[in-house]
Amino acid sequence: MKESDIIRVRKRQGEKEKYVAPLLKGLGYTMKKFWSKPKTIQYPDQKREVSERWRGLHELTRNEAGELNCVACGLCAAICPAMAIDLTPYEEEGGIRYPKEFVIDELRCIFCGYCEEVCPKGAIKLSKIYDYADFSREAFRFDIEKLKDARQFRFREKKARYQYLLG
Amino acid sequence: MSELLLTLAVKSVLVVSVCMLMVAYLTLAERKILGFIQLRYGPNRVGYWGLLQPIADGIKAFLKEELTPANADRKVFLLAPIISIAAPMLLLVVIPFGDTVTLFGREFTLYLSNPDIGILFVLGISTLGSYGGVLGGWASGNKYGYIGGVRSTAMMVSYELSMAFAVICVVLLSNSLSLVDIVHSQAGVWNIFKAPVAFLIFLISGLAELNRTPFDMPEAEAELCCGYNVEYSSMKFALFFFGEYTHLFILGCLTTTLFLGGWHGPLLPGIIWFFIKTFAVIFLCIWQRATFPRLRWDFVMKLEWKFLLPLAIVNVLATGFIVAIF
Repeated sequence: MKESDIIRVRKRQGEKEKYVAPLLKGLGYTMKKFWSKPKTIQYPDQKREVSERWRGLHELTRNEAGELNCVACGLCAAICPAMAIDLTPYEEEGGIRYPKEFVIDELRCIFCGYCEEVCPKGAIKLSKIYDYADFSREAFRFDIEKLKDARQFRFREKKARYQYLLG
Repeated sequence: MSELLLTLAVKSVLVVSVCMLMVAYLTLAERKILGFIQLRYGPNRVGYWGLLQPIADGIKAFLKEELTPANADRKVFLLAPIISIAAPMLLLVVIPFGDTVTLFGREFTLYLSNPDIGILFVLGISTLGSYGGVLGGWASGNKYGYIGGVRSTAMMVSYELSMAFAVICVVLLSNSLSLVDIVHSQAGVWNIFKAPVAFLIFLISGLAELNRTPFDMPEAEAELCCGYNVEYSSMKFALFFFGEYTHLFILGCLTTTLFLGGWHGPLLPGIIWFFIKTFAVIFLCIWQRATFPRLRWDFVMKLEWKFLLPLAIVNVLATGFIVAIF
């Protein structure tokens, strides 16, 4: 049996005692991190930039005249896998078709984006708003008025006066 | 006579209040430094840059519900936090913050007292501080608290030895037990250059004595879920917490006094040099806390009995030999 055939499991004494250099190396590493910039996003003050393709709260788009683009074809309600969309069409005699009621239950919605994809008029869009909060379940049933402008639900921190004083 | 008493009273109040304020802000400093090292901000909501955080913490601690477990030993349970804060505060008496200053045509010493056995007093009282943890853990009537207390005892018994041996080196070099004389003897060369090994031993065993992170056996979160202070709440817990940080402050002061030349330094006045050095040592303690993992319990004991203690004894013998020859 040659020397090279022996597999040594126990470390030699010299290798075992090597811990001073790694400790100092660790101290150097933490010191380097001490001077680098924090990665924290301070949430209510700062917000993470989300992707252009982010799927947030729904929005019904409008044309230049301010009317809804939606023609109440019902495709979005048909494709919705969570059955979150509820709409009632209304049609004037020989005139245009528009939704009389358009309710999206944001708590049922799984934000898959199928409704946006299926819409032939590009009337429903998913906005980038992801932090809507409210107190009741009813408030999450978005009707036409709430769906018209999603930006009104962007979370704004209301600071009390004493907080301005304290910084 | 009355003038002397008045000076003493004013000085005591000043030392205690200023040092306690610094200790309160040490908690903020520790959280901030740990935060920065972990790429976070640390507390920054209360006041500008989080500067009111210690006060907010204090108010919170006062308003919390206070609980005493049914099977706790009530008297000892109450006594333990008091001991753990009183012992380190007592040590502020002998810390020499600076040399004499002349104010209003009168000379003032920047320390409260200068006993001839200053360093023995420090060693004795700092050991008393560990009784806070020991008694608190034992009196809680909780298994985790009990194990924490037992560990605290073991740490106290073992690390006190190497700490005392490191201090003996300093005493040999400066020929005095008085802290003021020790600082005076370092006017030329600081003791850290004369006795670097003793400095390292002192710092390591000081950290162990403080129960800070690489050696925080009595309150190992992962194993004992908080150790000796597990049953404490409200202001009693805050006293433990505060006592620990006061101990840290005292360790900084002592390291400065014994090894880093106390108030000696160029240009700036002595007291400023003293606090610069103190906070450098405290920063080192916090920095290493963010870096090193906790040792296993048997390794902590092995480090002391098989490495630090023999090293300290050899160090004392070598220092004595060199002092005797030259």
